[in-house]
Amino acid sequence: MPTVRTKRTLAKAGVITGLVLGGLFAGLPVLWMLSTSFKNNGEVFQNPPRLITKGFTLGAYREIFGNGGQLRFFANSYLVALSVTALTLLVALLAAFAFSRFTFPFQKTINAVIVSVQAVPPITLVIPYFGLVVALGLYNTYPGLILTHMVFTLPYAIIMLTAYLNTLPRELDESVKVDGGTSWTALWRILVPISVPGLIAVGVYTFMISWNEYLFALTLTRTDDMRTVPIGIQLLMGQHSYEWNQMMAMSILGSIPVLVLFLLFQKRFIGGLTAGAVKA
Amino acid sequence: MSSLTASPVAPPVEQAAPPKKKTMARRLIPYGYLSPTVILIVVLMVIPIVMVISYSFRDNVIVQDNSVFAGFANYTKVLTDPDFLTAIQNTAVFITVSTVAHLVLGLAFAMMLNTPLLGGVAKAVFRIVYILPWLFTVAVIAVIWRLLLDPSGVVNYVLHTLGVVQQGVNWLGDPGKALWVVTFINIWSGYPFFMISLLAGLQGIPGDLYEAAAVDGTNWFQRFRHVTLPQLRPVIISMAVLDLIWTSQQFALIWMTTGGGPLHATEMLSTYTYKQAFSEYEFSTAAAAAVIVLLLTMVLAFFYVRQQRER
Repeated sequence: MPTVRTKRTLAKAGVITGLVLGGLFAGLPVLWMLSTSFKNNGEVFQNPPRLITKGFTLGAYREIFGNGGQLRFFANSYLVALSVTALTLLVALLAAFAFSRFTFPFQKTINAVIVSVQAVPPITLVIPYFGLVVALGLYNTYPGLILTHMVFTLPYAIIMLTAYLNTLPRELDESVKVDGGTSWTALWRILVPISVPGLIAVGVYTFMISWNEYLFALTLTRTDDMRTVPIGIQLLMGQHSYEWNQMMAMSILGSIPVLVLFLLFQKRFIGGLTAGAVKA
Repeated sequence: MSSLTASPVAPPVEQAAPPKKKTMARRLIPYGYLSPTVILIVVLMVIPIVMVISYSFRDNVIVQDNSVFAGFANYTKVLTDPDFLTAIQNTAVFITVSTVAHLVLGLAFAMMLNTPLLGGVAKAVFRIVYILPWLFTVAVIAVIWRLLLDPSGVVNYVLHTLGVVQQGVNWLGDPGKALWVVTFINIWSGYPFFMISLLAGLQGIPGDLYEAAAVDGTNWFQRFRHVTLPQLRPVIISMAVLDLIWTSQQFALIWMTTGGGPLHATEMLSTYTYKQAFSEYEFSTAAAAAVIVLLLTMVLAFFYVRQQRER
């Protein structure tokens, strides 16, 4: 009969083995991407494979930074994602304020529509968007991308910000009204300053969605000077199908903003993300 | 990475001192705050859905301006197209296998991360590593796996060394394997979201439930079956429905790894619809396919909403 102690040691060994195996499954592909980005392109498929090769080089990164076309993809992605974030936060904040602080006819209906918007498949929307964006003269422009990205970011932002505002005591804005202020003053003077943590969490998620978006960026832009990073990575795949080291370097550079935001705001972010799905 | 979140219902409003008479202007205030949202939703959602439905009943839309009413012709064309039927089958396999695997892996990893046997720092490190695949955009995931799975890539090298394969396998180019391979890639990239939610769920299970079960002399597996699973049930069901919806919308991963090929082996509803529109310029058929996709999603969403109501 194994003692309690040996049983515990065995259990611990089992869990650690499992965790390491799972970690390899999750982490090895990412490690290989990182390693390939520092290789000479000739060494990418060398046999046997090496994690760090003799020709260790920053050449792939130098190529990306030296290429105006590639840098343009990054500039476009930042411009679009930051605009989407700012606009989403503004529009969502106003809507969340209405849902949280007022009761009005059709409140439930409007709320239900906003929730269900999230389930509509992007592939269904992309066909009319193409027609609409061309008709409005927004094809191959930043506003076309920014506007269409907001269809994904707005519902989530409204729902999360409404939940956030609901946690703030109503007495706060009542005090402004007692002093003769309007709801507008209450929102900007009182609620916005104390909502910064909520706005950051929603903003980070909004930025990530827009930065990663692929289908609309693919169909609603045409020329290389309007393309975003995900499309840029794909273009690299077509143009130089053998420049694997550059594709990996571009992928790393394209992932850095999201990785940094995630690591900085991990706690808030996971909390906000699971709040809806887990709330029993 | 789109998301579907349950809506928090505004708390009952205590109208402390209801104003004697609400003027018309006052009543309109909340609509004022909502107007940018309502305008955006009408422009970006209501009008486009009306447009796509109207396209689906007409011919010569978008590329020409002499569109004519076509009745159900586009639907008949789509529903009798063998490629569309293949796409439905592939999508069904892809979303079911992905969702089941996401659940199993997500639960296994969440339980390992939740173990009391490990210190906080080790857990934090493992948690970040486990979330990694989920933080990369689909374009990046596609190029990583194209590199790894290349016929002369590292996966084939390892399998060859272990004697599993004789020579480099073209994983994404073999019609018999490609569907399973893209499903595998999707499993790799999608389990962390399940894991995060289940981890939060596990941390919410009261410890005394386990203590009571331990006093009764149960073993680990019995506690898992009779305490853990029933407690996680609501989370598991809603996550599974959400995952089915998201996975059915997956376009970029397929498009950038196989493009739906070889020989339609990985054709999904999303790639089929996209090709009809932007490769064939058959916007009317594409619209009919897009409406069918919307209807299928609505069925799934209906289950999700019902599930949320029951809770």
